[in-house]
This record gives sequence, structure tokens and C-alpha cells, in this order.
Amino acid sequence: MSTTLTTPEPSKLRGIGGGRADRLFRGTLIFAASSVLVILAAMIIRTTIEAWPVFAKEGLFGFVFGQQWSVGTSRSEVTGTYGAFPFIYGTIKTSLIAVVVAVPLAIGIALFTNEVAPKWLRRPLAYTVDTLAMVPSIVYALVGMYFFRLYVWGPAGQVIADSPLTSVPIIGGFFSGPVLLSSYWSAANILAIMILPIITAICRDVFAQVPEDERNAAYAMGATRWEVMSKVIVPHSFSGIVGGTMLGLGRALGETLAVAVLIGSSQRWAGRLFAGGDSMTAVIANTFADAHPEAIWALLAIGVTLFFITMFVNIGARLIVARVGGRVGGGAVI
Amino acid sequence: MTIDTQPRAVLDPEPQSLRETTRNARRRERFSKGMTFLLFGTVMAAIVPLVTLLTIVVVNGWPAINGEFFTQVEPLSYRDRGGGYLHGIVGTLYMTGIATLISAPLGLGAAVYLNERPGRYANIVRFFTDVMTGVPSVFVGLAVYALIVSGSGGFGLGFGTLAGAIALSIIMLPIVVRSSEEMLRLVPADLKAASYGLGARQWQTTFRVTLPAAAPGLTTGAILAVARGAGETAPLIMTALGARQVVTQLTGAPQSDVGLLMLGGFRQPFDAGIERAWAGGFTLIAIVLILSIVARAIARRSQL
Repeated sequence: MSTTLTTPEPSKLRGIGGGRADRLFRGTLIFAASSVLVILAAMIIRTTIEAWPVFAKEGLFGFVFGQQWSVGTSRSEVTGTYGAFPFIYGTIKTSLIAVVVAVPLAIGIALFTNEVAPKWLRRPLAYTVDTLAMVPSIVYALVGMYFFRLYVWGPAGQVIADSPLTSVPIIGGFFSGPVLLSSYWSAANILAIMILPIITAICRDVFAQVPEDERNAAYAMGATRWEVMSKVIVPHSFSGIVGGTMLGLGRALGETLAVAVLIGSSQRWAGRLFAGGDSMTAVIANTFADAHPEAIWALLAIGVTLFFITMFVNIGARLIVARVGGRVGGGAVI
Repeated sequence: MTIDTQPRAVLDPEPQSLRETTRNARRRERFSKGMTFLLFGTVMAAIVPLVTLLTIVVVNGWPAINGEFFTQVEPLSYRDRGGGYLHGIVGTLYMTGIATLISAPLGLGAAVYLNERPGRYANIVRFFTDVMTGVPSVFVGLAVYALIVSGSGGFGLGFGTLAGAIALSIIMLPIVVRSSEEMLRLVPADLKAASYGLGARQWQTTFRVTLPAAAPGLTTGAILAVARGAGETAPLIMTALGARQVVTQLTGAPQSDVGLLMLGGFRQPFDAGIERAWAGGFTLIAIVLILSIVARAIARRSQL
């Protein structure tokens, strides 16, 4: 960390008091650094004020748990009913499934990259996975809509829905058909691909933090490669993995277009995996262009709710990742 | 140290070694190999979707690319063939360009601050910059709508190029700050100390020593941020809105964007519109991947 290094300071003999240019320079720097905080604060305050009439009418509880979303057409007051539960439910459901799919894969990829792959292959492998993060969301939406859901997720979902899994009590209903092509399942799958790079990058960083001595000590005790990975490296990196997972969850919660296209845009929420639904980002993206002023306030209210959910997840993630210390930060995929 | 601690040495079966060769040990070794193979499977689970995605975009997008695509605007109906995304490409480049002009100096300034004046305030800024990288882009769009576009309480600039550019710059800013800071941190303290030793002021040291030394890395970070900005569509729904002709005004007229045009085209059930959307997707992927390859090539040249 830079704080532990001594940063060279300008020479005292140079006479700092007279340096008008230096003071101007530092003022500019403080302005630039503060701009991040100012922008963040301005965004939160302005959207909250704008969305306030909706929260005031529905109440926070009514807004979060209300099941009915009927949009009014007023320009000056709140006349519709705004219960965002179907959207909040869809967002959390798809994001959690995405995390459940992506985290084991990410840990596996990071372990392979850091521990198994030969040295010359490590950088290309890391680049390849990072490239997944560079693909624009709209392209994921396009390919998801015209290829993956038709030829991969749809058939795969059908296999699951036809499997004996559906006759298991309690959880069986979750996997039951009919399988829709635009569903929580499709949205969760595209999210899993999209959040894979960030979780993998964090895992790579924290695995690299495991001291070489501990690794060698385990090998010296006769541990196999898998035993070293599962009993030394992963436990040592546990908090970092949790941090990376939460960071991925934050990304999944806020991902917009791919979900908007693939989730099905149905306001009737369902417990099933293969049913169509809606999410917070999807309803914002899909209905904004045609929204009346009143509906825009309601969309802003969803936006504010989404912001605070992702904010909590991100702050938690960053606190955990920061505690791991060192140079963990996700590098190219921040 | 002459002790070989490589796992390979443990694997080779050699007689008269101290290594245990019980059945249990062989079983553990087999299990380890099996799990390693499984790890290889997880790598494939990332590479296969990426390769599939790129292949499909190229297979569908490349045939739809032609001269018309870059020189004409889209016909009024999604049913009509021909035409292109000229207005979208102009809009994307225009907005991304302005967003870069806003976020690059601001982000670089913030990064220099974080690097030059470590302390509690720097830590707070760094932390919230990290948090800002995770703010949903659609929320940024809504916030810029409330702040800049909307007339009630905002600046009332209306939908257009500037609003879209501001939204993109807010998304790019934390990326520029964090990547630049990482690069500035790599500049050896000796260089700065030498500059100060010659009597240079802080701004002289920063502009003549620190920034030039870190220049390749800073460029890399900026290019990656541009790539992110160019591929972003969600916030433009609320800020640029979309247009059907080439828009050159900064404010006052809604602006178009490749992503917005794709979104309009591929959600309609008409082949011509969908084909143009594939071409648009190909264009975006090409822009983003070329930028990232350039960025990495520059990073590799860095002396730090």
C-alpha cells in the first residue's frame, strides 16, 4: 500500500510558501479527487428527491412488498399503485442463481490458472477470461436472445424439467415445466457468464496472496496438488472469495440490458425457475422511453432501491476485499 | 536451496524412496488428478461461451457489414433492407469522445491526488471510487436524467449528446481513477526524489517526471475506460434517447447510439432490422476488442 511508503516531498529549501503554482496545482487535485464524492452524493440526493412522492405514497414497506404495479398517467401527482416486489424478487432471484453457478466455476478457473497451468499459459488464460468482461452488455443480450436461449438454455432447462429432480418434494416444484425461453433461468445464465470474470479476477488475486511457504510446506508433507488447493489455498483465501462473490453479486444485481431482453418482462412473478418474470433493471430499461412523468418517478424509486441494495453489497464486498490486503482489486475488470 | 519442492517430484514413482506408496497414497493421487481435470473443465466452461459468442457475432455480423452500413442511416421501417447505422456510430463516437474528455483529466487528477497526498481523505476517496465502479449503469442513467435532462429540479438540458456523454463519463471516471492510480504507484520514489532534489516544485515533478514515466500505463487505463464507455447502452436510454438521423448538436436534440439502434432492431421480428443489429454487434465487439488489444500492447511496452 502506498501509505506505507514514504512519498518524496518537495524540497523545503525551495520555499513552499511562495509556490503559487503549487497551491493551484494542489487545489486542482483536491477538486478532481472530490469530484468522485460529489458526483456520487449528487446522484443519490437528486434521485431520492425526485422519487420521494412515490415512496411517500406507498411507504417504503408498501413499495418493496407491494405486488401491484399499475402506472398512472399524471404529470403532477402520484395516482397509480406502485408495488415493486415482482421486480425486486426477480432481481434477487436471478442474481443469486447466477452467483451459485458462477462462483464454483470462478474458483476452479482461478485455481487452474494460478496452480495447475504452466507459466506460459497463465497470462493468456487470464486475458481470455477478462475478455468476457469487455463484451458489451447489448451484445450479450443479442447473442442470448438469438442463440443461447434457443440452443443451450432452453434445451438444458427442458432436460432439467424432465428429470426426476421435479418429483423431489419441496424443491421439485422449483424445477417444474413448462420451460419458457425468456425466463429467470435464461437471465440467470447470462448473468453467470457476465459476472464470471470479476469473481475469477478477485480469486486469482487472493490465491496469489497465499504465501509460497505454506504451499511448499503442504507439498513437503506429501499432500497432493488437489489437497494443497483445497486444504491450504482455498481456506487461506476464504474471506477474499466471499468478497469477490459479493462483488459479483453486486454486478449481477445492476446488470441491465441482457436481463431486460431475456427475463420475459412478465409482471406476474413466479416461484418456478423456468417461468418468465421481471427485474428492477429490466423494468427501468424496458419502460422508460414510454413512461409518463409519474411513471418516471416510480422508475426512479426502483432505481434508488436498486442503488441502495447494490451499495450495501458493494461496500461489504470492498471492506472484505480490502482486509485481504495486498494488490487485490480485480485489475483489468474493475 | 537444493530441496526440490515441486509436486512433480512427488509423483514420479521411484523405488527405495522414502515416499509412502501405500494404496491410500495412490488413491489420493488419482483423486487429485481427477479434480485437476475437473478444474480444466471449469476453464472450458468460461472459454466455450466466449468462443461461441465471438463466433456467432462474426458469423451473423460479418455478412451484414457493407459500405452502406457505415455511410447511411437506418430506413424508417425495420422491414426495409439496406441502410445502416451511420447515425448510431456518429453518436457513439461523439458521446464516448466527450465522455473521455471529461473523465480522463478528472480521473487522472484524482489519481495523482491519491498518489501524492496519501492520508485519510485519500483513503475515503479511494474506497468510494471502488464502490462507484459497482454502481449499476442504469442507475447512473436515471441519476443523469434527474440531474441534467429533467427540467424539474435538474439543469433541464433535455435529452441529447451532452447528457449521454455525462452519463458515460460517470461510468468511466472510477475506472480511470483506479487504473491510473495503480500505474502511478509503480513510478519509483527515487525518480521523484531526484526531481525534488534538483529543486523542482510538486507540479513540475508531476508533469515532467511522474506522468511521463507512467504514460504507457495511464494510456492503457484510459483506453480500457473508453472501451467500457463505448459498449455501454443502458444509461443512454434515459439520457440520449435515440434518434433517426445524424445529430451534431451538443444539446437540444436526442442523440443516437449503436447499442440503442441494436436494441430497437433486434427486438422487432423483422429480418432486416435483426441483420443490422448483428452488424451493429459486430461493430461494437470489434471496437471494444481492438481497443483492449491496443491497450495491452501499450501496457506491455511499459518500462515500469
